[in-house]
Amino acid sequence: MSTPYAKLPAWADYGLIPVINLFVAFAVAGLVVLLVGESPVQAATLLIKGAFGSGAGIGYTLYYATSFIFTGLAVAVAFHCGLFNIGGEGQAYVGGLGVAIVCLSFDSVFPWWVNFPLAILGSAAIGAFWAMIPAILQAKRGSHIVITTIMFNFIAASLMVYLLVGPLKPANSMAPQTRTFAQDAWLPKLGWVLELFGASIRSTPLNLSFVLALVMAVVVWVLIWRTKLGYEIRTYGFSPKAAKYAGVGEARIIVVTMMLSGALAGMMALNPVMGDQHRLQLDFVTGAGFVGIAVALMGRSHPAGIVPAAILFGMLYQGGAEISFVMPNISRDMIVIIQGLVILFAGALEHMFRPSLQAALASLSPKSMGMNATKREGA
Amino acid sequence: MDTLVQLLDAMVRVSVPLLLACLAGLYSERSGVFDIGLEGKMLAGAFAGAAAAAASGSAWIGLSAAILVAVFLALVHGFASITHRGNQIVSGVAINFIAAGSTIILGQAWFRQGGRTPSLAGDARFQTIELPGAAAVRDVPVLGPIYSEIISGHSILVYFAFFMVPFTWWALFRTRFGLRLRAVGENPAAVDTAGISVTWLRYRAVIITGILTGVAGAYLSVAQNAGFVKDMTAGKGFIALAALIFAKWKPVPAMFACLLFGFLEASSIRFQGMDWPLVGRVPVQLINALPFVLTVILLAGFIGRAVPPKAGGVAYVKER
Repeated sequence: MSTPYAKLPAWADYGLIPVINLFVAFAVAGLVVLLVGESPVQAATLLIKGAFGSGAGIGYTLYYATSFIFTGLAVAVAFHCGLFNIGGEGQAYVGGLGVAIVCLSFDSVFPWWVNFPLAILGSAAIGAFWAMIPAILQAKRGSHIVITTIMFNFIAASLMVYLLVGPLKPANSMAPQTRTFAQDAWLPKLGWVLELFGASIRSTPLNLSFVLALVMAVVVWVLIWRTKLGYEIRTYGFSPKAAKYAGVGEARIIVVTMMLSGALAGMMALNPVMGDQHRLQLDFVTGAGFVGIAVALMGRSHPAGIVPAAILFGMLYQGGAEISFVMPNISRDMIVIIQGLVILFAGALEHMFRPSLQAALASLSPKSMGMNATKREGA
Repeated sequence: MDTLVQLLDAMVRVSVPLLLACLAGLYSERSGVFDIGLEGKMLAGAFAGAAAAAASGSAWIGLSAAILVAVFLALVHGFASITHRGNQIVSGVAINFIAAGSTIILGQAWFRQGGRTPSLAGDARFQTIELPGAAAVRDVPVLGPIYSEIISGHSILVYFAFFMVPFTWWALFRTRFGLRLRAVGENPAAVDTAGISVTWLRYRAVIITGILTGVAGAYLSVAQNAGFVKDMTAGKGFIALAALIFAKWKPVPAMFACLLFGFLEASSIRFQGMDWPLVGRVPVQLINALPFVLTVILLAGFIGRAVPPKAGGVAYVKER
């Protein structure tokens, strides 16, 4: 998205500003920790120890990160087109339906390496479908995509509750979930990779979908920066008018981008449903769709930023659980605050430190700010 | 008849937080500041209200605390989206998360009841008010139950909410402030040219939004319920947003939209699992989803067209 502000040197724009914003977000989070009467330094130590101190900890950290890579990429793809897809939560939720349909139908028919690609297709297709409706409504009827995707989150939640307490529930069970899939619909765990590095773990939820997430990060990079479609998406995001004059079909680009975004969000369901719980449960997304917004903002919508940002949030999720054992006042809900602060400082207030940073840089080396001559042109 | 009266009575009660939040959003969005953080401000207000009422034993102190906290969050939104021209949607999302997380963390740290606040009784809650003559006319057919059950017997915040509807209409369409507020949401450059500060006008609108969401939150935790429960707004801020669009950013239609959505909610509780003639059992999830489905259909322009304020969502950059 274009900014009304002057340009900074690239290293400041992509390195310094995100670091400052993150630092402020975590400093405010530290204040909250102080407010509930605990030591922020001790909390941070516990957090890092919980997330990376043991093989099992690393396994959980990367397991959570897997979900966030998918949803972060989903939000980022839409950002490049100037669209705010706030419906990742709902798209991931219905994506679980795609995984469950494939797994319940074929779990005793095919081996896992056939079921896996089928489930990828299933989750991506349903996720894309769920994003397609708001996209078409935006492209053809002009309804605001943010509002429609929020509404679709709620509709998805109602739909899934209906399906899980009704048609999808086995007749002899009370719990709102599907039956457990047979072993042939379980994704292989990646615990052995961690053991190669000398960690010893009994069980880890980390599974093959982590590799898929990394592959998708590369795919998104290629798509956005190395293909014609990606160029059109970025052009439309930068200036819809310019894209239109250049012959980019407005409706087509909106719908295609949102479907890609929805597909990525839908694939997030593979990780918990096929990789760990082996059944479809109520609320299995647990906010991962929303974390994607923070991850995409923090990673500046670039896969190379999104993967570390997702791992950072995975660390917060896993480490947060560890903190709550020692400090009962701090539960995992702390993450929700940090997530909000990151969205606030890295997103809405991203320009806050820019003017002062600019002034500081200009006073240090006036020459490097020579590009300021064109400052007011775009604004 | 009794069922209907009870249903309508419940409708009034559940539509009040929607109405307050909806009017709150109306001021902000009419001034050109989109606000999807209504939910978060309401939640934070509900928590602050219940916590202060529990600590002080006074519902009015609770209400003041709720308003203070909600106004503070509204100012954060204003600071990000007016002063620093940040993305208004992103800022609203951030506020929702900050409110959702901090109410749970602080609630657990202060009260140790799993995110609840201690339950309120006596003066710490807003009590219901019997309107004069309610008991006398109870037996009059039709009008009696309507007056004594549906109109009378609510807390003061309910009357405040319904009073705000004509007041908002008057403020928006009959005062100089209202004219300027609407103008700044449609064409801020024109307002600026007339020598009126766009920034200050928008800040005032955002502060009003904070006050009303604070009242909505206090209603939830100090009047309708006896204390704060984790995540007690449960999407009401978004339903209010839906109602605002449904009402095309106008106060009186906003009231009817909120009553309609309140009616849906009340009847989904009331008729859960009931068998209807012809259609059989309607899944409760369908009724819960109905406000959202209706809003999507409306936004798509299939039932009239909802056109938002023209300058909504766009930060104003003053020419130099």
